[in-house]
Amino acid sequence: MTVEATGIHRAFGGVLALRDASFTARPGEIHALAGENGAGKSTLIKVLCGVLRADAGTVTVSGRVATAFQELSLLPDLTVAENLLLTAPPRGRLGLVRRSHLAAEASRLLSLYGVSEIDPRSPARDLAVSQKQVVELVRVLALEPDVVFLDEPTAALAQREVDWLAGHMRRLRDGGACVVFTSHRWREIERLADRVTVFRNGTHVATRERLTEDEAITLMTGRTLDATYPDVSAIEVGENALTVTGLTSGRLRDVSFDLRKGEILGVGGLAGQGQRDLFLTLFGARKPVAGQLSVGRSRISARRQPPDDGRVVARRAFGAVARRFGVHRTGERWSLRGPKDAIRAGIAYVPEDRKAEGLLLPLSIRDNIALTTLTRRSRAGFIRHQAENAAISDVTGKLAIGAGRATSRAAGELSGGNQQKTVMARWLLTDADVFLLYDVTRGVDAATKHDIYHLIADLARNGKAILFYSSETEEIAHLCHRVLVLREGRIAAELAGPVGDAEEIVAASIRETADA
Amino acid sequence: MRDLQDRLGYLVLIATAVAYFAVYTTSLGRPPGSFDYLAILNTTMPLALVAIGQSLVVLTGGIDLSVGGVVSVCVAVTAATGGAPGWILVVLLLGAAAGLVNGLIVAFGRIAPILTTLATLSIYTGAALWVLPVPGGSIMPEVRAVLSNPNIPTALGWLALAVAGWWVLRRTRFGMRVYAVGSDETSARAVGIPVERVKTAVYALSGLCSALAGVFYVSTTTAGDANAGAPFILTSIASVVVGGVAFTGGRGSAMGAVAGAVALTLVIDVLFFAGIDPLYQSLFQGLFLVVAVLLGTAAALLARRRTT
Repeated sequence: MTVEATGIHRAFGGVLALRDASFTARPGEIHALAGENGAGKSTLIKVLCGVLRADAGTVTVSGRVATAFQELSLLPDLTVAENLLLTAPPRGRLGLVRRSHLAAEASRLLSLYGVSEIDPRSPARDLAVSQKQVVELVRVLALEPDVVFLDEPTAALAQREVDWLAGHMRRLRDGGACVVFTSHRWREIERLADRVTVFRNGTHVATRERLTEDEAITLMTGRTLDATYPDVSAIEVGENALTVTGLTSGRLRDVSFDLRKGEILGVGGLAGQGQRDLFLTLFGARKPVAGQLSVGRSRISARRQPPDDGRVVARRAFGAVARRFGVHRTGERWSLRGPKDAIRAGIAYVPEDRKAEGLLLPLSIRDNIALTTLTRRSRAGFIRHQAENAAISDVTGKLAIGAGRATSRAAGELSGGNQQKTVMARWLLTDADVFLLYDVTRGVDAATKHDIYHLIADLARNGKAILFYSSETEEIAHLCHRVLVLREGRIAAELAGPVGDAEEIVAASIRETADA
Repeated sequence: MRDLQDRLGYLVLIATAVAYFAVYTTSLGRPPGSFDYLAILNTTMPLALVAIGQSLVVLTGGIDLSVGGVVSVCVAVTAATGGAPGWILVVLLLGAAAGLVNGLIVAFGRIAPILTTLATLSIYTGAALWVLPVPGGSIMPEVRAVLSNPNIPTALGWLALAVAGWWVLRRTRFGMRVYAVGSDETSARAVGIPVERVKTAVYALSGLCSALAGVFYVSTTTAGDANAGAPFILTSIASVVVGGVAFTGGRGSAMGAVAGAVALTLVIDVLFFAGIDPLYQSLFQGLFLVVAVLLGTAAALLARRRTT
């Protein structure tokens, strides 16, 4: 079997994704494909596995080929079982699919690959991102392929699942298969890859057997980065911005904590311990069973206190009225009936799945940024253009979104990292005080990650309170003042940060698990 | 919540059946008899068949407005030829071919289904007028006796056949692919499903269903009319909606759409026996549609709130 591509060109619209790109991988090796977002890795993989046709160049790939796509190819309305067995469902007499056997067959397949926590009967759309990724990987592994392409297979996975995948990748390699994968986590590349190929701007830069992270970053970006993580210990932490008491919601059980101004509070633990429930509940997107949430006192008295005589002064015709009636206040507490109330209370949520939860891809960058705060810059329903332009150029400048690109371009044309920045820019305009950042660096390239780290630190420096979750424990370890380790929905440990060493957080989550 | 959405068609059917029974009994002083059930069955058959085809198309995320035109053409040809068995075969092929044209344009021409089928609707309706400029024609009594016999529920056998056909289809590779394409076209393509062929096939099948409906229509009414198909456009879509098939594709079942079709037919009878002026029939039918869908959505919301 061979995997060989030479002189590949491929353009999308007017944008050249691959430019005279070449790539070769051998049987019996794990070959990492590294590069920034937009370097052409995903396009190359799609060309190699035949989903996309190259505009020019030759591709030779032989053997049984299987691909796990970055954007995942699961069909949301079908069950896990149907997804896994779509190509070879169990059949009875007359060649008809035995629907009653699907689930049993699928759960046998899942356990064959060591997966036990996924119900084969549940529709794919109901799975957590990491579970979807696992199902996608099982679908690929089950084909027992000779050539495997894994595009960002670990981006959504927790450490335990990464180890699981690593085991299977090695097994396939030792069986003589050719395994090609991409990752933005250097440690995985270092651990797994026999050889590394670096791509930049749609073309091959280097293929090496040994490569240090610094060398790799230099090759990928064409520049050298200074210290990867900003120093957060120097940031001054102020008064309480958010107090959570006895929160029970979804997986969460009786969670209480304070989040202070200027603080970056990490939420760690193994995947699926209630982190997602925590973020969604705080944003009002999920109804809690019990618990209270209060937003900083000074903010309420300074900006939301109604006049003493109880009448509403209509300073801004629409905004003020909406604010007065939309949010209910009992003492210091706010009742969140939905994201709308959370936004009014000054809470911003940046999700990991930008496309599904945050960004409207066909709309322009500026529309995406402006959307949540249109009322502030409009008069009688008409948008005040000057104010709009000023606000947008202010935040895009701050974030360096897609340097030099017009903000009238569709958000869908941006790379993952720039999409993430666009979502964050939107929230910057809302003057939110509390930022809920949920795995914001997922699938983002090294240079953009770096920008995002500094952006987060800047937010903290400006007195914003930040709740931070990342599937990369490394980030939590370096970027947070404090870390809450969640286990089975409870706070199992609280570590003072910056922890510095990811192992410490991992140990805390595992140690607690062992005790249970 | 998902279950409820899937069963919307059956729930609505049960509700309308109860209403029908009650209104009929109070207005005539006796419960409906076998004659009434037979009449309902025979008048529902064409719509039920069109709804099956329509639901297949909607399951892939498309829509077929041309069903009206295809039914019209098939009614016209059947009535003009007296429905001789040989001609019925021709009519079925004609319907499938008309659907195939839709499918090829949608799948390979990459033109939006709503545009494609709006255009072909116009073409097929025109062709029907050309075949049968004035209402008329006939149907062979022998054919009528087999298809929609006014005395024996032969249509029940055909309906059972349609249900069995769906049951089998759902268990074929093609059946799974229909759901896959409607669920996420890009992903379906990425896992190696021939999306274009699946799409072409569902439109062809929809055409075939419309042709069957046309034949049944002539058999029930014993005459043809080149505009006979027009009402089926909206009622078939309504059946699909009431039947719980998601307009975004990938969710629902043709059987739900059949239940929806029966419910919609019953509503007309309910209105009739309730003494409502036929002039306002479409008004009440529309209200029924909105209420049914709203109830389904509300119930789904409630169920979701309870589980999370």
